[in-house]
Amino acid sequence: MKSLLFRPVPEQITRLSLAFALLASGVFLVRAHAIPQTWLDREYHVKSTLEREANRPRRFAGAQACTECHEDQVKEKAEGNHRTLACETCHGAAGKHVEDPTETKLFAPRLRDYCVLCHAYDPSRPTGFPQINPALHNPLKPCIECHKPHAPVPPETPKECAACHGEIERTKAVSSHAALACTACHDAPDAHKVTPRLVRPTKPQNREFCGKCHGPKSEEKKAPRVDLAAHGERYLCWQCHYPHLPEGK
Amino acid sequence: MNEELLHNLADLSKQVWGYIYPNEIEVHWSIMIVLYPYLTGLVAGAFILASLVKVFRVKEVQPAYRLAMLTALSFLLIAPLPLLLHLGHPERNFEILLTPNPSSAMAMFGFVYLWYLMVVLLLEIWFDFRRDLIVWGRAASWPLSWFYRAASLFSNDISDAAVRFDKKAVQVITVIGIPSAFLLHGYVGFIFGSIKANPWWSSVLIPIVFLFSAIVSGISLVLLLYMVITPLRGKSLNMACIDKIASFLFYAVIVDFSLEALDFIHRLYESEESIKILSHMVTGKLFVSLFVMQVLLGMVLPLGMIVLVKTVSCSEDLRKLLYFTSAILIQMGIFATRWNVVIGGQLFSKSFLGLTTYKMEVLGLEGLLVALVVLALPLVVLAILIKLMPPWHDEDEPGPAAAGETPATPAELPAPTASAPAPAPDVA
Amino acid sequence: MQRRGFLAGLAAFLAPILGLPFRRARADGPPEQAGGAPPHAAGKPAGKPRRFGMAIQVDRCIGCTRCMDACKAENNVPKEPFFFRTWVEQYTIKTDGELVVRSLKTGNGKPSESVPEREIMRSFFVPKLCNQCDHPPCVQVCPVGATFRSPEGVVLVDEERCIGCRYCIQACPYGARYLHPDTKTADKCTFCYHRTTRDLLPACVEVCPTSARIFGDLDNVASPLTRFKRMKKIHTLKPDLNTEPKVLYSDLDGVVR
Repeated sequence: MKSLLFRPVPEQITRLSLAFALLASGVFLVRAHAIPQTWLDREYHVKSTLEREANRPRRFAGAQACTECHEDQVKEKAEGNHRTLACETCHGAAGKHVEDPTETKLFAPRLRDYCVLCHAYDPSRPTGFPQINPALHNPLKPCIECHKPHAPVPPETPKECAACHGEIERTKAVSSHAALACTACHDAPDAHKVTPRLVRPTKPQNREFCGKCHGPKSEEKKAPRVDLAAHGERYLCWQCHYPHLPEGK
Repeated sequence: MNEELLHNLADLSKQVWGYIYPNEIEVHWSIMIVLYPYLTGLVAGAFILASLVKVFRVKEVQPAYRLAMLTALSFLLIAPLPLLLHLGHPERNFEILLTPNPSSAMAMFGFVYLWYLMVVLLLEIWFDFRRDLIVWGRAASWPLSWFYRAASLFSNDISDAAVRFDKKAVQVITVIGIPSAFLLHGYVGFIFGSIKANPWWSSVLIPIVFLFSAIVSGISLVLLLYMVITPLRGKSLNMACIDKIASFLFYAVIVDFSLEALDFIHRLYESEESIKILSHMVTGKLFVSLFVMQVLLGMVLPLGMIVLVKTVSCSEDLRKLLYFTSAILIQMGIFATRWNVVIGGQLFSKSFLGLTTYKMEVLGLEGLLVALVVLALPLVVLAILIKLMPPWHDEDEPGPAAAGETPATPAELPAPTASAPAPAPDVA
Repeated sequence: MQRRGFLAGLAAFLAPILGLPFRRARADGPPEQAGGAPPHAAGKPAGKPRRFGMAIQVDRCIGCTRCMDACKAENNVPKEPFFFRTWVEQYTIKTDGELVVRSLKTGNGKPSESVPEREIMRSFFVPKLCNQCDHPPCVQVCPVGATFRSPEGVVLVDEERCIGCRYCIQACPYGARYLHPDTKTADKCTFCYHRTTRDLLPACVEVCPTSARIFGDLDNVASPLTRFKRMKKIHTLKPDLNTEPKVLYSDLDGVVR
């Protein structure tokens, strides 16, 4: 070991050190002078990206832009059942139209196929959301003939119960009990319409009530049959089956 | 818009099983990313084999030492190529060195690579070949003599003291080199193992499994190359050397096999939420490449063959045949291992509800043809290196007698052009 | 490897040793008010940036796909059904317990029933998008630092620096990133950064007909988003991965991943 220390530096080491020094200074020179310094500047990269992202073109104008010219429609919509919709949900991106209202006109859906995007029945849609079966619900007739798109309501005075119990009505309307009137199961005295909380409609009380249709002796042809004596005798029917949307069809 | 890509995606979307997120149809890491860990694994493994000679003084392996070093170098030089070919913007590759993200496992690639190339491989090879380079430089004529002189960094001290210093330096570098080789491939494993979103990859064992499979693949590659090149040079094989290499191969395969089995059993036993989709994958789309190619053909069969050689006394020719076959099978098996990790990890959806399919292109930039070229390139580089710097001295062969303490300083140095009869071995 | 990059890398590597100036960025976390912050909402007092977040009320989503169409139109997302910044999944749990999931198609067409109705036990839609994680795995793995969190907590991609290695796509647990086929760089939801920094709503929120999506500043003391956070039982996706999403779900079913 000692002899190593006092010997002159071996030639290999000087050669390698020289090569290494050359390489290192080359790298340093390139880094400091030969390349644009922005390549190394992370803050610059972040800043330029934020700017680029923030300045991308906007195609949708936003709800506020519509109110400036179309005050009436906006007001009408704000009071109706479509109040949660933006104008651009149905009319499409309005960015260009806002820039030049005469040059670019917006699309206004007038055919059935647009409304059913939301309102066709789908079992995955939340219950109570207004849905129809497009094949059965006035086929071929454009929706806007009966429903005002900016403030849609049922076209005529609603069936009495549905006026207040819309959600149940809409749920029932897509269920296998759709054809049953509310009064098939509930007796609603006239006074219920005046003082709904004081005078209540009746509700079925026992299993035999459902059994009228679903029991073995029923005359209803389509109703599924069960043997009341053997089928879940400890429970009332509606403890398992929701009458307004019974499972199955 | 790339019409062909869309066409392919539309095709793939028909082969999706179950539910995958809509962005997941395309397998993003293609055959190129399979090649990358495969190639780096060979580098690390070949180096570990070489270091057995220097650090652990396994004298029998000496005839393959320089071959192993040059193999490691030529594969390391090509290793970044598949990565580059795979990038969406290969021309921006320098950013990984200019603004590396310190928290990214991948960003460290450039540094680990440079460290391994410059500080370990090149330096060790330089010290080991320095004297030969000087001697060759004196003997060769113009363009070559200049190359040798430049390669030896214009040094010209071939005194005994200088050569002794070279040997000492090689030893020191090898000691640094072993952990570096572990780092190089363990780190490649970490790139996969640190992805927590992917249960097939995310495992602390992955870097270690990668490491041992790398050792397996590197040893078997050097064995293969040694067994192919030596007869091509008209020399006979040093049986002590290949017996020893095969023996190391055997132990490495056993460790690798146990680790992979441990990983597998651990997953099966813990049975986390991903287990259903993973078992669906390994018994379906990965069955052939995992159980048949990787485990049965790539591990169990070669293990059996080497066990056979070790227990039953075989003739030399039979031994050679068995070693050669098992080395080829192991290469295939390790390639299947890389395939199963990289491609397998992308076949299942991160929703754990479905599988997609990988369809390899044939022609494209990330296709089969390019992959074959990338696989062949290191062998071409190796052939050139061997031509320029013959890694053997004739007195090493055939017997193990010359494989003593002094083979790095041969008495008579062969002139490169004249006495290196090896035609560039056409293994490619 | 390019010579220049090679050399510079070596310099970067050696700099700390030689004591040369070499800037290291922080692993993640917002670069505070990266110089002269972008045109934040006009009239917004400078100071603490807002922290954008989104709430999704699963039981309000009707699967109309307006959000998907609007997003593609607003953000130059390819029209083909393999690239999405936001999408809607339909979950159906059958009476025999089997789970059927699919993602809806864009364009006009009602979500078709993949399961016969009498076999359905329960069914619902779940809108998905980038969760703009506070602890984003994609930012962590980007090798060149081309993706980062904005001062508002939005994860953005620098498309001029992304090298297209797709490591971030592998790292995202939610499948929210894709490689844009035109730019060959990673692309993802930006919470409509170009709109929300100007006090407009993101396109998907703007067109949602049932207010299933609520957008806002998570730090605001009184806003629809804050009200949502107070009143609802909130879930995030894959909470076990500790990504800290800023897209919050209410009424989320346990089968959703």
